[in-house]
Amino acid sequence: MSSSPYSGSELPDIANSDFQPNLSKRYALDQVFEQLTWIATFIGLLVLCLLLYDIISDGASRLSWQFISSFPSRRPATAGLLSALVGSIWLLCVTAVLAFPVGVGSGIFLEEFAPDNFFTQLIEINIGNLAAVPSIIYGLLGLQVFARLMRPITGGPSILTGGLTLALLILPIIIVATREALRAVPNSLRQGGFAVGATRWQVVRDLILPQAIPGVLTGTILALSRAIGETAPLITIGALTFIAFLPPLSLEGLQTDFTALPIQVYNWVSRPQPAFHTNAAAGIIVLMLVLLLMNTTAVLLRNKFQKGRM
Amino acid sequence: MMSNMTNPTMISDSHAHTQEPALKMEGVSIYYGSTPAIREVYLDIPPHQITAFIGPSGCGKSTVLRCFNRTNDLIPGAQVKGNVFFHGVNLYSKKIDPVEVRRRIGMVFQKPNPFPKSIYENIAFGARINGYQGNMDQLVENSLRKAAIWDEVKDKLKESGLSLSGGQQQRLCIARAIAIQPEVILMDEPCSALDPISTLRIEELMQELKAQYTIVIVTHNMQQASRVSDKTAFFNAEATEQGGKLGYLVEYNDTVNIFTNPKQEYTRDYVSGRFG
Ligand SMILES: Nc1ncnc2c1ncn2[C@@H]1O[C@H](COP(=O)(O)OP(=O)(O)OP(=O)(O)O)[C@@H](O)[C@H]1O
Ligand SMILES: [Mg+2]
Repeated sequence: MSSSPYSGSELPDIANSDFQPNLSKRYALDQVFEQLTWIATFIGLLVLCLLLYDIISDGASRLSWQFISSFPSRRPATAGLLSALVGSIWLLCVTAVLAFPVGVGSGIFLEEFAPDNFFTQLIEINIGNLAAVPSIIYGLLGLQVFARLMRPITGGPSILTGGLTLALLILPIIIVATREALRAVPNSLRQGGFAVGATRWQVVRDLILPQAIPGVLTGTILALSRAIGETAPLITIGALTFIAFLPPLSLEGLQTDFTALPIQVYNWVSRPQPAFHTNAAAGIIVLMLVLLLMNTTAVLLRNKFQKGRM
Repeated sequence: MMSNMTNPTMISDSHAHTQEPALKMEGVSIYYGSTPAIREVYLDIPPHQITAFIGPSGCGKSTVLRCFNRTNDLIPGAQVKGNVFFHGVNLYSKKIDPVEVRRRIGMVFQKPNPFPKSIYENIAFGARINGYQGNMDQLVENSLRKAAIWDEVKDKLKESGLSLSGGQQQRLCIARAIAIQPEVILMDEPCSALDPISTLRIEELMQELKAQYTIVIVTHNMQQASRVSDKTAFFNAEATEQGGKLGYLVEYNDTVNIFTNPKQEYTRDYVSGRFG
């Protein structure tokens, strides 16, 4: 094992020291740990690359404008995922519009306004638990409450139902991310704000939120990335797999049936014909491109806001 | 929640009764949760003078100071018993809005904490949220001038307040406190993070400010207390039966008397550095 990187450095010896620096052993541990973390990173990357390679080698040949701009079909060669892509984008927008204000609002309330008592601690524990509930449970809830009980409003297993269900699913993640971001803002800033006669809301709006917004946005977009990949709750609420129309861009559009990318992929994978499996791989590539786009947006937004604050 | 029960007329105008104390504590005890931190303080802060709080660490100087602008309200579990009067009005009466109190009684903290905004905004923020109607540019310039920092920042008002040095940041915070035109400025060890030159500048500044403002300053620096203050309050802490420490006011007098002719043995030991 190699020892100190500073071989040859000779400080004068001190006689009878109570210290035994044992530098070579400490440096050795240092290196062992560095290598362990490197191996961990490498394993993650390797698995990811293998998956990517597998998918791309299967599906890249199928990617074409025709594939993206066609409706599903019984013949694999003419099938496309237009309705699934548009459905996913619709879902994403509805989910974001519903989950962002509620999640960020609850985060702000719990962190900045709520007193620290039994009731709020109960809420806190429950939010932590909700984040760990399997997504299919949310699907069952969505089926009963949104698709059945609220049918007059949502129109059954519609985009709105899907968006509401996914919004519930990612709400705890957004709340936790918001609270983390708010907690990272130093208390001295709040004190400074109060000391010039600001109310609680003015302190939050003008001093705390501008500092926390990059973290809030990152958390929200990561949560949305999770939502876009969810299959189980959408299948549970009864999303269809064969949709040969695009939802109209209107309020009624919210109440129409829909399909989404992961559902389409799931459907193709379960077909016996190998050509459909190629379609599935191509569908996964599209899904990943959408995810990549979202994560890039997250990074860009964060950088923009970080530059904006002083 | 902070309900808005403001009645601006509750806090009367300062200049009407300059002879009366600006701030008055009557039997103030402060608790954190159920633990008492300060017991029964009686204290008069004269207007347009500098009052220094001295005493060993942990005896409750900051706690007492925070009482004057109701920032203790923001600490969960903190409780103030007794009465604090501001020009004869009880600051802890139900009718008093703490937000209004904090505009009339400003505060400068131990660690400079400028807002992460431009230098200009640092000053304008407090004025704007409090509905200032006058000329904002003028207010910013005046406040920065009064805090003796205008010449250093006049060419970079758009830059971040955080880009300044520690001493400049602290003067920016003083300017920020001045900008909302308070009557009292509370300073909690404002120079503890500063070099001797910045410290001197802030001390000079305080001398200039006291014509217009009543200043209460907490300091660990005996020379500073004797140099700048007109009155000095010496706090100490005694061990309680529960094993905690309970702060109390030992002696309060003109600064000269505290430093040259203290009545209490404790005070004599403390100001001459023979404490403990
Ligand atoms: N937020 C708080 N919660 C609970 N106890 C507190 C809090 N702030 C202060 N205390 C307690 O109150 C007592 C007085 O604290 P305080 O900060 O007022 O002392 P101080 O005289 O300002 O000390 P220093 O000179 O070190 O700043 C201490 O025993 C401290 O532990
Ligand atoms: Mg203190």
